[in-house]
Amino acid sequence: MTHNTITIDGQEVPFEVGQTIMDAALAAKVYIPHLCHYPGLTPHGNCRLCSIEIGKKSVAACTTPAVAGQQISSNTPAINAARKSITQMLFIEGNHICPSCEKSGNCKLQAMGYFLGMLDEHFPQFYQRRKIDASHADIVLDRDRCILCDLCVRASREVDGKNVFAIAGRGTEAHLIVNSSSGKLVDSNLEVDDLAANICPVGAILKKSQGYDVPIGERIYDQHTISEIGLQESIAKESKSDDN
Amino acid sequence: MSFLDMDERLVALLEQVEFNRSPLTDIKHCGSCEIGLIEGGVCNAENVKVLQEFRANCKTLIAVGACAINGGVPAMRNHFDLKDCLQEAYETGIGVTNPQIPNDTELPLLLDKVYPIHEVVPVDYYLPGCPPSADAFLQILGPLLAGKEPVLSSDHLHYD
Ligand code: SF4
Repeated sequence: MTHNTITIDGQEVPFEVGQTIMDAALAAKVYIPHLCHYPGLTPHGNCRLCSIEIGKKSVAACTTPAVAGQQISSNTPAINAARKSITQMLFIEGNHICPSCEKSGNCKLQAMGYFLGMLDEHFPQFYQRRKIDASHADIVLDRDRCILCDLCVRASREVDGKNVFAIAGRGTEAHLIVNSSSGKLVDSNLEVDDLAANICPVGAILKKSQGYDVPIGERIYDQHTISEIGLQESIAKESKSDDN
Repeated sequence: MSFLDMDERLVALLEQVEFNRSPLTDIKHCGSCEIGLIEGGVCNAENVKVLQEFRANCKTLIAVGACAINGGVPAMRNHFDLKDCLQEAYETGIGVTNPQIPNDTELPLLLDKVYPIHEVVPVDYYLPGCPPSADAFLQILGPLLAGKEPVLSSDHLHYD
């Protein structure tokens, strides 16, 4: 065992002190499924797609620090089956009707379903009724599709220097709120080019008037797997921080 | 309809199968079958009866398409109360003349919600897509007819 390496599915992965298992894995081009992780934002461990096993213990790769000598299992049939169940739960908790969604083909939740071979949603639907906010001139918020990944919340606070979103309530009552006097997007300072307006992995935060610029069938996950895109995002982030 | 996209491959399929109740035949009740393909969500009382009849008669039941699997586009009405949907469509909506909610006894009663079929009867296999392609159908039916476990390849796995 060399210093500062961990082992993921038998492969040695180097890490820098302070890195999480997720960061070390992505830097070494080892894909660990994730939806609520985004390179450069504080990890939250919300979605649990990145659940891995260290020995018999299941932890989230995005929030667990890499420690020399960790023996990690990630890409195993049992762990991927659990990830598939998590994806199915994310589907039935909201209303994810792909054929009617502008995000279809560019949606990471959908792409995760493809990646894990999800054919059905298995569990009974929650039949949620959440509020749509179409008040903003350029951006629409369809909470029915929100998976509460918290990415927009973090992007707004940490990158945009604003504080547009928050998650309120707990358990099945949890929902995304807008920090403005009216609770509507129109009264917030969210702008189209903010990271928060562009980071939503699903079709919950959408830019208006461009939903079908790229036809269905020619979109990102019609042509790539989420593992390819997940690794690309982290490489893009790394080269950006090298430039700075 | 996308089933018919099999085109000439339907001929080869017909050498192996016989259609029972289907849009291609005029059989009103499903008889004993090896395979049942069900499309669409469950939105009224008649859908429930037909679905239960299929389940009772088909050894293998396959949910075909987005609506059968999670309700699909018709399930967007679940966002509203049934009463509001009917009022909007037949009483208060723009352009409605002679407003009245249909209540003929011939009409099947609408359910409170549109349900995926697996919430009403047990389902054996799922064929997602809106609609699934002819190739996807064949990929499932081929092995099933040969008595094997079907596997949908990732290039045919689509929810839209
Ligand atoms: S709106 Fe999108 S980015 Fe924000 S919490 Fe919901 S799913 Fe995540």
